[in-house]
Amino acid sequence: MRVGVVTFPGTLDDHDAARAVRFAGGEAISLWHGDKDLQDVAGVILPGGFSYGDYLRCGAIARFSPIMRAIIPAAEKGLPVLGICNGFQVLCESHLLPGALTRNVGLHFLCRDQEIEIVNNDSAWTADFAKGSKITIPLKNGEGSFQCDDKTLKDLEENNRVIARYVGVNPNGSRNAIAGITNERGNVVGIMPHPEHAIDPLTGPTADGLSFFTSLLKTRV
Amino acid sequence: MSLDTVAIASTTPETTQPWRELGLKEDEYARIREILGRRPTSSELAMYSVMWSEHCSYKSSKVHLRQFGEKAPKSDALLVGIGENAGVVDVGQGYAVTFKVESHNHPSFIEPYQGAATGVGGIVRDILTMGARPVAILDPLRFGSADAADTKRVLPGVIAGIGGYGNCIGVPTVGGEVIFDKSYAGNPLVNALCVGVMRHEDIKLAKASGTGNLVVLFGAKTGGDGIGGVSVLASETFDEKKPTKRPAVQVGDPFTEKVLIECSLEIFKEDLVVGIQDLGGAGLSCATSELASAGTGGMRVELDRVPLRDANLSPEEILMSESQERMCAVVEPSKIDRFLEICKKWDVVATVIGEVTSGNHLEITWHGQLIVDVPPRTVAHDGPVYQRPFHRPKSQEELVANGAEKLDRPSSGKDLADAIVDLISSPNMADKSWITSQYDKYVQGNTVAAGPSDAAVIRIDEQSFLGVAVATDCNGRFCALDPYEGTQLALAEAFRNVAVSGAKPLAITNCLNFGSPEDPGVMWQFAESVRALADGALEMGLPVTGGNVSFYNQTGNVAILPTPVIGVLGVIDDVRKAIPYKFSGEKELILLGETLEELSGGEWADRHGHLGGIPPRVNLQREIALAKFIDAQRDFIAAAHDLSDGGLAVALIEMLLHSETGATISIHGDPFMHLFSESSGRILLAVNPEDSNYLVGKATDAGITTTRLGKSGGENLEIAGVLSLSMIHLREANQRTIPELFG
Repeated sequence: MRVGVVTFPGTLDDHDAARAVRFAGGEAISLWHGDKDLQDVAGVILPGGFSYGDYLRCGAIARFSPIMRAIIPAAEKGLPVLGICNGFQVLCESHLLPGALTRNVGLHFLCRDQEIEIVNNDSAWTADFAKGSKITIPLKNGEGSFQCDDKTLKDLEENNRVIARYVGVNPNGSRNAIAGITNERGNVVGIMPHPEHAIDPLTGPTADGLSFFTSLLKTRV
Repeated sequence: MSLDTVAIASTTPETTQPWRELGLKEDEYARIREILGRRPTSSELAMYSVMWSEHCSYKSSKVHLRQFGEKAPKSDALLVGIGENAGVVDVGQGYAVTFKVESHNHPSFIEPYQGAATGVGGIVRDILTMGARPVAILDPLRFGSADAADTKRVLPGVIAGIGGYGNCIGVPTVGGEVIFDKSYAGNPLVNALCVGVMRHEDIKLAKASGTGNLVVLFGAKTGGDGIGGVSVLASETFDEKKPTKRPAVQVGDPFTEKVLIECSLEIFKEDLVVGIQDLGGAGLSCATSELASAGTGGMRVELDRVPLRDANLSPEEILMSESQERMCAVVEPSKIDRFLEICKKWDVVATVIGEVTSGNHLEITWHGQLIVDVPPRTVAHDGPVYQRPFHRPKSQEELVANGAEKLDRPSSGKDLADAIVDLISSPNMADKSWITSQYDKYVQGNTVAAGPSDAAVIRIDEQSFLGVAVATDCNGRFCALDPYEGTQLALAEAFRNVAVSGAKPLAITNCLNFGSPEDPGVMWQFAESVRALADGALEMGLPVTGGNVSFYNQTGNVAILPTPVIGVLGVIDDVRKAIPYKFSGEKELILLGETLEELSGGEWADRHGHLGGIPPRVNLQREIALAKFIDAQRDFIAAAHDLSDGGLAVALIEMLLHSETGATISIHGDPFMHLFSESSGRILLAVNPEDSNYLVGKATDAGITTTRLGKSGGENLEIAGVLSLSMIHLREANQRTIPELFG
């Protein structure tokens, strides 16, 4: 299966996302921010980093890139899209997901091995998890505090659109300890911690993150 | 403001010039006039003044640093040695690794965030310039007393600056040191080490050869930041009404650096450059004169073509600007279109500013008028060389006579337990997660081990699992007591840290941080330190691939502790066999090496505010034997941890805390001495009980002293018949300190 991995100027975890796709048995296709062609991919990953330097606001400029102009309508028609960290921020700025990611409560960049609970395994990117499974993957961000208004929060909770929550500490002050959410259709997922850095215990805390990538392959077969 | 040209300078020899304000000595100014056969233009004066500064010319250290060449061991691994932007070593399978440390001490005291950030940016560009992808950053840091008010200003800014820059360029920050001592109060040390990886054929050098080849400036536009003393040229000589002193600390833009890294690597991959140099200290002055003098001919540069952020900059300021994120390449005319095309893809500004010429002159014009015409070698390499006087200060005798071995020691179990808790919770020994959690250690996906591991281990090939290990070390107190022994102790520790991670040590780099070279006592420390490192490198058979000297780290007459930070790089054939610093399951704990009554300069003495005596003895042959033993027995070792600051007490507790277990051990002899001595050449091993007889036998055969300490397990650290401490209590003591001080 062909899975697109987008590189914006300032994207950092694109090679890691591509490696994760390969580990899951897929073929990673590099998508350049300046292109408009999605190259017939079955899913797209927006990796972590600091797209366009995160100037103005995280993800605010990336939203207007040519590749996002192709991804947004495709996602609205059901193309699976996974936004990790900065990718999650881009998805919020693109209004594919609600809410916003703001500065961590501690005001520091935070890199730690974080336990999260998968609370929704109906999405395109979490189907390969058992509901309620607790996994440990790296968290690394400066602006990872998920915020939204009460109405949106109620909507997310009542419609099973929270896909993962922080367990133990809430490291960045996210509302309801939300680590990731999905859209109504379940094809677009944003997650703040980094599953692509937990695919091999040699270089990550666990291999727990791999299931995000195998989920896509399973749901699309 | 009038333009000072070569033509004007030739006809106005009597013009008064601000050489003194630019930091030149009278004889140095006279030498410049002699080289040129006339007075320098203001632009030439600016170039010479900055290139002949201590920072760029190594004028006080050069006569000592020559030993690294004279005493160099024969090494098949060395591909590029001292003199280039960074040394390069062969790590096998066609891979080459480059690594180097640099200091950014003074800027980080003035403006901690930007000082530290641009320190990282600068060393990363040095590594990139060699043709390598930067793969790891380590930051050896020194601050004033942890509870001092100014440390609360400097430390958080430095940490945020390192993180802010390193996290944003996608290079993992995987190690380093954080040490507090009151001597660093006005002179924090911010050193940054970067490691880069490339294929042998991709190594790039800083030289401009081939007449007619083009000189291209690419990266950020040039602004008025980082212009130091040269602003007197603008403000005092030409126009007194002009605003003076621009900010002397550079401002970093990590996003531009990240794009520059990817753009440069794409350019290197297509083999589009003849030579390349980054713009760091002394900006364009340095890049053009070094490229030209290392090449075959001269160079002509049209300075007015340099893209500017501030259109009002004078030519002198453009030559001196230390604006960050800029590179200068020499490109064949047939390849320039493709070069510019790649820059355009990455939205990197690239401008042809000149060409390589057949002469041996560096000529710089400003709107057609010649403002610089110099032999480039005289700027880049023929700076002054000083034979600074040095001698062992008289006070040294008194210092050495006052050993910590004479201090009152705890003897009861309770007093020993209190001393252990005090040590493990001291700022120097406390857990540094509050700091390291602000660094991205995961990016690039190749981090096999990062701090608090003894060495950082990075995978460099995903198929073969080839990797490298790097560690940096220095105990400044040992160096103050004996700079020769102290420097070799630092070398031994960095070497041992690489060895306990399961790697073979391969090469050495250094960052020599000292007080003023004009103080003969400081110069003695420096001379002893360099001599020790050159001797040590020769004895261990490891090349010194490069280094950095930072002088004038002192406030008034009081210098910092001499701090020669030593970095050792090792190669590991298979990173899956790297030895961890923690274990799981029940293990037997074995100490390798001999414990002597060596307390002077150690952490326990420091907790008593004591500095005096003779530092632990170093035996490099013993270190080599230990490293060989670890390498040969790697498969039988579950975990290993180097003993250094805080001795067995700290090493044991650290290993147990990370392994989330307690232990019961026995000590034969004086418990205090065995727990707190900082004798060199010792390693703590955790091994499966069924392997312990075998391993002890092998160690004995190798002539290594072994002590079977006891077994892991339980929830307490039990020292039979002496004390018992709960691991929960020790963890709390160890983790609380740094967040309480800075959180």
